Amino acid sequence: MLLFLEQLLNGLQYGVMLFLLAAGLTLVFGIMGVINLAHGSLFMVGAYAAAAVAGHTGSFALAALAALAAAGGAGLAVEFLVIRRLYDRDHLDQVLATFGLLLFFNELVATLAGRTPLFMQPPAWLGGAVEIIPGVPYPTFRLAILATGVAVAAGLAFLIARTRLGMLIRAGATHRAIVGALGVDIRLLFTLVFALGALLAGLAGLMAAPILAVQVGMGEQILIATFVVVVIGGLGSVRGAFVGALLVGLVDTLARAFVPGLLKQVFAPTTADALGAGLASAAIYLLMALVLVFRPRGLLPA
Amino acid sequence: MKVPALVAALALFCAGPTVAQTPVKIGMITTLTTPGGYLGEDVRDAFRLAIDEEGGKLGGVPVQLIVEDDNLKPANGKQIADKMLQQDKVKLVTGLIFSNVAGAVAPTVLEAGAFYISPNAGPSNFAGKDCHKNYFVASWQNDSLHESAGQAAANLGYKRMVILAPNYQAGKDALTGFKRYFKGEVLEEIYTKLDQTDFSAELARIRALKPDAVYQFHPGGQGITFVKQYVQAGLIGSTPMVVSEVSMEPRILGAVGDAAVGINVTGHWNNDFANPASQAFVKAFTTRYNRAPTPYAQQGYDTAKLIGSALKAVGGDLAKEDAFRAALRKADFVSTRGSFRFGSNQHPIQDWYAFRSRPAPTASRRSPPRARC
Amino acid sequence: MPAPLASAQLPATPPASVARRRVVLLAGCLLLAALPAIAHGAGQPFLIATFTRFVIYAIAAVSLDLILGIGGLTSFGHAAWFGLGGYVVAIAAFHAQDASTLLGWGGSTEALVVWPLAIAVTALVALPIGALSLRTSGIHFIMITLAFAQMLFYLFVSVKFYGGDDGLAMQRRNTLAGADLRDATVFYYVCVACLVAWTTLCAAIRRSRFGMVLSGCRQSERRLLALGYPVYRYKLVAFVLAAAGAALSGALWANAARFVSPDMLAWVKSGELMVMVILGGTGTLFGPIAGAFVLLGVEQLLSAWTEHWMLILGPLLVLFVVFARRGLWGLVAGER
Repeated sequence: MLLFLEQLLNGLQYGVMLFLLAAGLTLVFGIMGVINLAHGSLFMVGAYAAAAVAGHTGSFALAALAALAAAGGAGLAVEFLVIRRLYDRDHLDQVLATFGLLLFFNELVATLAGRTPLFMQPPAWLGGAVEIIPGVPYPTFRLAILATGVAVAAGLAFLIARTRLGMLIRAGATHRAIVGALGVDIRLLFTLVFALGALLAGLAGLMAAPILAVQVGMGEQILIATFVVVVIGGLGSVRGAFVGALLVGLVDTLARAFVPGLLKQVFAPTTADALGAGLASAAIYLLMALVLVFRPRGLLPA
Repeated sequence: MKVPALVAALALFCAGPTVAQTPVKIGMITTLTTPGGYLGEDVRDAFRLAIDEEGGKLGGVPVQLIVEDDNLKPANGKQIADKMLQQDKVKLVTGLIFSNVAGAVAPTVLEAGAFYISPNAGPSNFAGKDCHKNYFVASWQNDSLHESAGQAAANLGYKRMVILAPNYQAGKDALTGFKRYFKGEVLEEIYTKLDQTDFSAELARIRALKPDAVYQFHPGGQGITFVKQYVQAGLIGSTPMVVSEVSMEPRILGAVGDAAVGINVTGHWNNDFANPASQAFVKAFTTRYNRAPTPYAQQGYDTAKLIGSALKAVGGDLAKEDAFRAALRKADFVSTRGSFRFGSNQHPIQDWYAFRSRPAPTASRRSPPRARC
Repeated sequence: MPAPLASAQLPATPPASVARRRVVLLAGCLLLAALPAIAHGAGQPFLIATFTRFVIYAIAAVSLDLILGIGGLTSFGHAAWFGLGGYVVAIAAFHAQDASTLLGWGGSTEALVVWPLAIAVTALVALPIGALSLRTSGIHFIMITLAFAQMLFYLFVSVKFYGGDDGLAMQRRNTLAGADLRDATVFYYVCVACLVAWTTLCAAIRRSRFGMVLSGCRQSERRLLALGYPVYRYKLVAFVLAAAGAALSGALWANAARFVSPDMLAWVKSGELMVMVILGGTGTLFGPIAGAFVLLGVEQLLSAWTEHWMLILGPLLVLFVVFARRGLWGLVAGER
């Protein structure tokens, strides 16, 4: 039972990590209609900046600043130089262009930082473990990720529901042309939203750097899972992304934790291992396919 | 656009280097991009170091190294091999890092009558039923990594273990190889996902099973992630870890930091070896590239030296195939790993060592020769 | 009853553009035919294998264009069919080689048996997957096709019997009566024949009533529904057809490389196929051929030149999207 609780917590924590990435992706898609394959690259840029600065200064606060600045800066540059020209285009053009950006960022980081994965550890005050479940020391940093994710979710909910910017974002998502006609600078709005998405990706990179390998290509590994989250939740919906992320995190974690064991009740151990691992790998895709078959627009469409 | 682009492409293809007869061409197909790119980078850099130390020669014979990136795609590797064999008339190929690329490239090279000398990947089928007279491995047979770890775990007195590897062929081979020499009880075999970034579910299972120790095989970035999360979960204090050198080399060590202290590692070489050849290599590599050499670098260097010894024997004339092959088999070079000789299947017979975070190498066991060729 | 579709004809192309298009097509065909001779003439016969690879990918790209460009259905899992076709051929050869059986069948290396088999098996798998996927549309369709492709990818990674992640090698190419496929030039022409046949078929489909309806799905599905067309069935047939084309391409690739691996089904491969189509010009059928040649050619040239080739290829793609709006085919033939 305790083990189940712990796995539940693990699933939630992984889900929140995914949410940090998915929130930016879904905002950019929902409001600007842009499919940004390079979102994972911004995540990577954030993680690299954090690890590099933490390595030189040893300060987590400076690392956090660097991650946000680097990802935000890269995001602004990308928006200004490329995305801005593609708002009226076909989704496919955006896919091709951001695919090009993805290749570029991977190789740029490899050229600048080398191919050795970088090192980063959590700050000392988050480095320990807390026994929130009796007998199970849970890493404090993972709790910090959980807290960050929840804070971001709350912040975004407030931003979108209560502020003028949020109102424009909501309006821009549904009736872009009319918002423009009413005298709102749509360009500026889009730039802001894209920068916000990039900042969220940078934040995700910062929080991921101490627990993942900071390496070239780290963005793509998690990008696909992030897209799954966004689609399950419903494109453009931050609430949907939150629900989708938790669902994907739980399904993925619980499948890995319990499916092989359950299969062993039925099959021979070797068959169960192979089958279990295969099933666990495909679990989130199975989930997505099921959701889309029954709710073709996702769980909470915007 | 189509027409001019193609013509341009042709022109560039044809504008290859004009053939100067003297230097022996060595084709290096290796992985320089993707997260696994640093493996190929180390092999290539060390190989170049060996050539440059002799002023563009290996074994006194001028050589020309042609390097291309396979992007970790078997099909790309094969394409490059075809090009090198047919366009550049390369007779000697090396460089492959990953077994799945090797599975596609090595047969192509061998069927064309060329030599293949592996600086890293040593899939077991090429050491047994698919062995070939022109196929040599200067690193290790893949199984040795895991078998040595199994032996080390047994030597350390661990009785109950949990073992983990990614759910693909090399991962499954890893666990099978480990179990061949580890005679205690395996509480659970856990297969992880190929692109997994979060291991908390597996770590919770390990904690619940309370094993004496854990063996895991996750090369490259996944290994870094695994060890980081293992340490953060507080498991390293209660449950020691055993890994092979591919899961804990200097680059990974650097990315994991102090967390790696206390981990048991088995390997065929480490950069603190006392023999003069190794010390000279470590010094030269570190000076030139400003980083500590990994076992991959050492393998690249030894591969170059091995090739040099055989080139010397035939005076750089690869047409003397039988003499070249015989010279390779002799392995008449000073290896940075100490003793080195080939078994009858043309894979090395060498010592494997058990390391710990404090580098104090102690001989563990000698890997037995495998299937006869 | 559906109304006749005479009014839904594509806008008439100006005659000058038609002539230009014919010239370009003719030049393309001549070039395809002459490539082996050029390669021999230049003393670079290995290039034939390289061009064979381009041609094979072109087949897959054309088949993707059938649904993506004409039907407006962006499939992000097209590599699954490419890989599945390849695996059928390799598995058949595997059983023929070691005299084992699969469900009582001893395998085969006869091209006229295994290539159609690869197409049939793939079509059979694509049918239910397409039926489920087509319940969604737009971005959701992109993602659900990705999901199914990933499931197939993990399936092949897990099947240890057929090599799992390490892939499966074929000892020799398939046999084809009257042609020695082991000969690079012969094999090249076989692949070109497949490309020409497949593209001609797709072009015929595009001009047919079926193609008109399909094109109508892209432009306004609602209108077609209102006209009484069973739109879902049309799309499903197109989906399966496209899968079949990719399977043919995969079968050829298995022969070209004599090796298949799950890598063939990876999402990155699906992405590459999409890039080829977009680069060449969506919905043009001929464009994707150019797209395949240019993308693979540039990639090969750059990666032979520097390991940092992605640093150049990436911005090139971006620039291309920003400045060349109609794809390669639009640039040369003046048609979108």
